[in-house]
Amino acid sequence: MTTLVYLIPSALFLGALGLSGFLWALRSGQYEDIHGAAERILIDWDDKPER
Amino acid sequence: MSCCAPGAEMALDLETSVLPSSQEIRLASRSLGDDLHQTDLSVPTVHCAACIQAIEKALGRLDHVEGVRVNLSTKRVSIQWRGNDIPPVVAALGRLGYEAHLFDPEVGEKDKTLSELIRAVAVAGFAAGNIMLLSVSVWSGAEGATRDLFHWVSALIAIPALAFAGGIYFRSAWNALRHGRMNMDVPIAVGVSLAYAMSLYETINHGEHAYFDASVSLLFFLLIGRTLDHVMRERARTAVNGLARLAARGAMVQRDDGTRDYLPVGEIEPGMQLLVAAGERIPVDGRIIRGASDLDCSLVSGESTPKTVASGERVQAGTLNLTGPLTVEATAAAKDSFLAEMVRLMEAAEGGRAHYRRIADRVSALYAPVVHLTAFVTFLGWVAATGDWHRAVTIAIAVLIITCPCALGLAVPIVQVVAARRLFENGIMVKDGSAMERLATIDTAVFDKTGTLTLGKPRLVNRSSIDPAMLALAAAMGAHSRHPLSQAIAGLASPAGQPTFNEVTERPGFGIEATAAGNTWRLGRRGWAGGKGRTGAEGKTGGTVLTRNGTIVASFEFEDALRADADTAIARLKNAGLTVEMLSGDTVVACAEVAEALPVDHFTPTLLPSGKVERIRQLSNDGHRVMMVGDGLNDTPALGAAHVSIAPATAADIGRNAADFVFLRESLLAVPLALDVSRKAGRLIRQNIAIAIVYNTIAVPIAILGHVTPLIAAVAMSASSLLVIGNALRLQRFATTEVTRAPLATRSGIHESMQS
Repeated sequence: MTTLVYLIPSALFLGALGLSGFLWALRSGQYEDIHGAAERILIDWDDKPER
Repeated sequence: MSCCAPGAEMALDLETSVLPSSQEIRLASRSLGDDLHQTDLSVPTVHCAACIQAIEKALGRLDHVEGVRVNLSTKRVSIQWRGNDIPPVVAALGRLGYEAHLFDPEVGEKDKTLSELIRAVAVAGFAAGNIMLLSVSVWSGAEGATRDLFHWVSALIAIPALAFAGGIYFRSAWNALRHGRMNMDVPIAVGVSLAYAMSLYETINHGEHAYFDASVSLLFFLLIGRTLDHVMRERARTAVNGLARLAARGAMVQRDDGTRDYLPVGEIEPGMQLLVAAGERIPVDGRIIRGASDLDCSLVSGESTPKTVASGERVQAGTLNLTGPLTVEATAAAKDSFLAEMVRLMEAAEGGRAHYRRIADRVSALYAPVVHLTAFVTFLGWVAATGDWHRAVTIAIAVLIITCPCALGLAVPIVQVVAARRLFENGIMVKDGSAMERLATIDTAVFDKTGTLTLGKPRLVNRSSIDPAMLALAAAMGAHSRHPLSQAIAGLASPAGQPTFNEVTERPGFGIEATAAGNTWRLGRRGWAGGKGRTGAEGKTGGTVLTRNGTIVASFEFEDALRADADTAIARLKNAGLTVEMLSGDTVVACAEVAEALPVDHFTPTLLPSGKVERIRQLSNDGHRVMMVGDGLNDTPALGAAHVSIAPATAADIGRNAADFVFLRESLLAVPLALDVSRKAGRLIRQNIAIAIVYNTIAVPIAILGHVTPLIAAVAMSASSLLVIGNALRLQRFATTEVTRAPLATRSGIHESMQS
């Protein structure tokens, strides 16, 4: 029983961490162009790395 | 995914498509403040990293461009720029081989729904996962204080899920109830909230059974289906939005003092003088003051041959000016123009679809009362039998939970998502699920002629009787004009040895004149190009000829080219048991020619837009379910009047918006394919509903007898959902075999393109 006192909160905390990470990613527009992101990894930006 | 071959990739061979002018783009851009503007263009042909890099580099190098970002998923490029004049982005894209289109900006609305749905799925998924873990511990034997603790934790986790994810269902259910309707969301909302309330009561009273897991995982499953449905429709809408706009957004207005202004169409008033260059569309109804040209009226009236116009004649909004610049005096504002009249006719014509109720709604209208009544009777029965109120309530709610239409709520959308995806891969966009249900019920197909059964593009038919040298000459001359007949001849140019001319001039309404090596060549109308022929064809009046110094050396005969696979498509529709009709605004002769080539049952020529609507009404009144396939502005009211409607991607903008399906490839096989997939989807939907009902007839007696525990409920619900989803996925197999049987769908330069 005592183990549950810290195991359940920590499990929930980790879950919530994942959830908030997903929501943040969603809000910051990282899912707006999934195909583009997959293709962009192939591009060598020789002049300007930051785009 | 293959690599870049821009230009060759895109399905739509929009030869008459007009690149947006810079003024038009400026009108469509939005200001980000601080002199910064953003313009979004649809570039349907981008599809790989090399495209992204090429576009972003080339546009980024232009002056005044602040930032360029390609979105590969939506196939759009957004450009941020400074200053008054938009940088020549369209031209730059054109040089790279990408055709850019403007689209109607929709004000961030779609994203709101989608991101709300995705957030809801995430929250519900988080809650469902955690509660299920706790529930598994309870089922495995947690007892006493531990069980109570787990129940309390579950209750807490379920609150945000119910409030946030459930809110979508509660709002929709409330909306339906308030308007006195029933939809599938009503029993869901009732079941979920009652399950939560009872579980909370049980938890407070240290009860054994709590249904938190059931109520939250139910929401999770249903939300997945709903989100998929939304994504699918959004994708179809984006793809349709990305097509070229065929209506003018604005026009160049010449003021009395000689100054010129580019005004949006909505601000053009009668009496203004408009300059319409060759290649532009006439923005409003008007009268020609100066200039002569040929007008392509196919989108407006359905006539396939261009009309020669000269000063003093009236022109209709939406026609395409082909050959010469025109000055037009507007005689009507945009809201009174032909286009607006079509929209009004369409609204007035709204046919069977307005009254159509979706299968899911019809089922739930029966289902919800039955379920709620069963639960209520169970409750009364247990009270009467045992007098134990608590037990009666518990069992009644268990009945509600077990009958909660998880499978039923998924049965319809999942099938439609799979079907829409199949169609999408074949270049057919579906606007919504009800369109597929409606398409499955039709028994009559009505086709427009110009632009639908035919391409609206002429094709040379007497090629073999023309001297190849003369044909090469004519082709080289034809390349200088936008006139469809010239374009058709130019398309036959031999790749080697292009003849050269000293001077080429186009005479709007007549033809092209060129000089080479002391000879004057004319390609155009017989009466203008030259009198005497050596081919003995002087008797004829019309027709297109090539003359050298006034002597006819070749004459050309054209017919409107049939759309790829039109005959196969119509034969298939007839095999599927449909009556096929053709309605056209074109002449009797032109219609008869097409009717001869295709096995249509009968046709009606020279129809006005209202005549087409009338014919469809008549058919509907005779008890037929009519599908309309058409592309022109003149078809739009008919598209609205029909039970279900399909438009090719080359259709006028409002036609595309009015249609339930839009097909992107040239082949007309899209129509039978859509019908086939819709019918199969309809069959699967009925099967799924049957599965759900069978499930209920087994599960409900168990629940009524009071043998349902949360474990049984969880297993039964998941099992029925999986069964329904598995059945829906069978459609994938059907449709794949369909495509392999129809390899012609990718003929005539039409490649896989909108796939991602």
